[in-house]
Amino acid sequence: MSANESPVAVPAGVTLPIYMDNHATSPMDPRVLEAMLPYFSQKFGNAASRNHSFGWEAEQAVENAREQIAKLIGASAKEIIFTSGATESNNLAIKGIAEMYKERGNHIITQVTEHKAVLDTCKRLEKYGYRVTYLPVKADGLIDIEDLKRAMDDKTILVSIMFANNEIGVIQPVAEIGKLCHEKGVIFHTDGVQAVGKVPVDVNSMNIDVLSLTAHKIYGPKGVGALYVRRRNPRVQISAQIDGGGHERGMRSGTLNVPGIVGLGKACEIAGAEMATEAARLQGMRDHLRNKLESALDYVEVNGSWEHRLPGNLNMSFVYVEGESLLMGINDVAVSSGSACTSATLEPSYVLKALGLGDDVAHSSIRFGLGRFNNEAEVDYVADKVIGIVQKLRELSPLYEMVKEGIDLSKIEWAAH
Amino acid sequence: MAYSDKVIDHYNHPRNVGQLDKSSDEVGTGLVGAPECGDVMRLQIRVNPETQVIEEAKFKTFGCGSAIASSSLATEWVKGKTVSEAMEIKNTDIVKELALPPVKIHCSVLAEDAIRAAIGDWKKKNGVGETAGAVAVAAH
Repeated sequence: MSANESPVAVPAGVTLPIYMDNHATSPMDPRVLEAMLPYFSQKFGNAASRNHSFGWEAEQAVENAREQIAKLIGASAKEIIFTSGATESNNLAIKGIAEMYKERGNHIITQVTEHKAVLDTCKRLEKYGYRVTYLPVKADGLIDIEDLKRAMDDKTILVSIMFANNEIGVIQPVAEIGKLCHEKGVIFHTDGVQAVGKVPVDVNSMNIDVLSLTAHKIYGPKGVGALYVRRRNPRVQISAQIDGGGHERGMRSGTLNVPGIVGLGKACEIAGAEMATEAARLQGMRDHLRNKLESALDYVEVNGSWEHRLPGNLNMSFVYVEGESLLMGINDVAVSSGSACTSATLEPSYVLKALGLGDDVAHSSIRFGLGRFNNEAEVDYVADKVIGIVQKLRELSPLYEMVKEGIDLSKIEWAAH
Repeated sequence: MAYSDKVIDHYNHPRNVGQLDKSSDEVGTGLVGAPECGDVMRLQIRVNPETQVIEEAKFKTFGCGSAIASSSLATEWVKGKTVSEAMEIKNTDIVKELALPPVKIHCSVLAEDAIRAAIGDWKKKNGVGETAGAVAVAAH
């Protein structure tokens, strides 16, 4: 059903609907699918079967994928543990380290704009007697290294700070965090889900000890991810959270998802080979989208640091227009909003609120997530469409009218409801 | 989220968008909601002083599609009604007409509040409120 009669003609190169929500998930690259297919049927062996060629074939494919993943992040293949995805990787890293190092200390440091897979894991550990510090972020979405320094004490065992944020795309000062952690002898885990394959990640030069990643954000399949666990300088140990046959060096039991793992490996190989050109292309389209929106509309704000940001991310607030009504007007374009009305909790995005944004600005935000399969014609179409709908909704917005008349909205006594 | 055809119709073709001269004695203005809650409605009515019939209604709304539709519908419904008839409009009628899902019921409540606030403002301007209040007290 169409929520509006599109005033924008559909140009060549555009097929509706347009997918521009690549931080949520990404379409599979056909090359990844092709690599996976034999492992669903002919090559079905269990990688743990040591006595026959079916098992060897599967094991060979898994080890090849391990190499591909390790290469992308500057690790060695033995340091890669396969999981069901980043939520499991984050759980395994944080709970597994907390359990393993509990004799050394009970203090964990993270920050407020982490994904729920990190925040809720930390909250659970608090119930078990761990102490967790949630660092604030600055208005640009980045943590202050001095805050981190101050938060560390002799009981700190783990720092978990994400590489890049899933909503606003900002990239934390990971190398600085890693350096500090190594100076203090604290393990550094980073949720690298949005960053791996998009920007250079090197676990050694950045002093990353443990890193979570997933396939479906880098044009691979859903349901498979990995955890990098450093083996040297220092050797990091993790208590298994899933017990069983002792797979993955005892850290994660369970028969390996061979087709998924092959897909993750292939996705990493492609991302590594094409990162530089792809990042430049995405950034060009992203900048064009921002410029086009900013030149046509007033009262638009970019949320989060522009300088330290993923190439495909644009998070903007179209102030005095509510996000869900905006999405309704561009229903042939898949993007996300930080508006409460689009979430199950009826609360606006906690990430945007952490930047110090007012709820009204958070309600007006749209996240554009550009990816490998977007093109310039789509960007132009989306920009024109958004501009048209924002203008239309501002005609309807009493707030926009009041601001244009010079009324200070903060001086009005609004009746909360 | 799936919207009903009626919500989509109001969103695409909102009725009675605009503003009336709020300094006029014939005009009542209701401004309800709050920006931080994600919805603000302004509903205005122009009342015929002789007949107390609402001859014109205008709105502007900052909010989701259901909030826009609820206030658009409210302007349609109050037009042609007397002030006391308009006071009878219930949010549940709006929910029914627009087939709003449970999470959007607050949009209809806000639209009802907007109607009442606009009528209240008009009554205050025209001294009708006190009379009505006095009558109400006398009736007890």
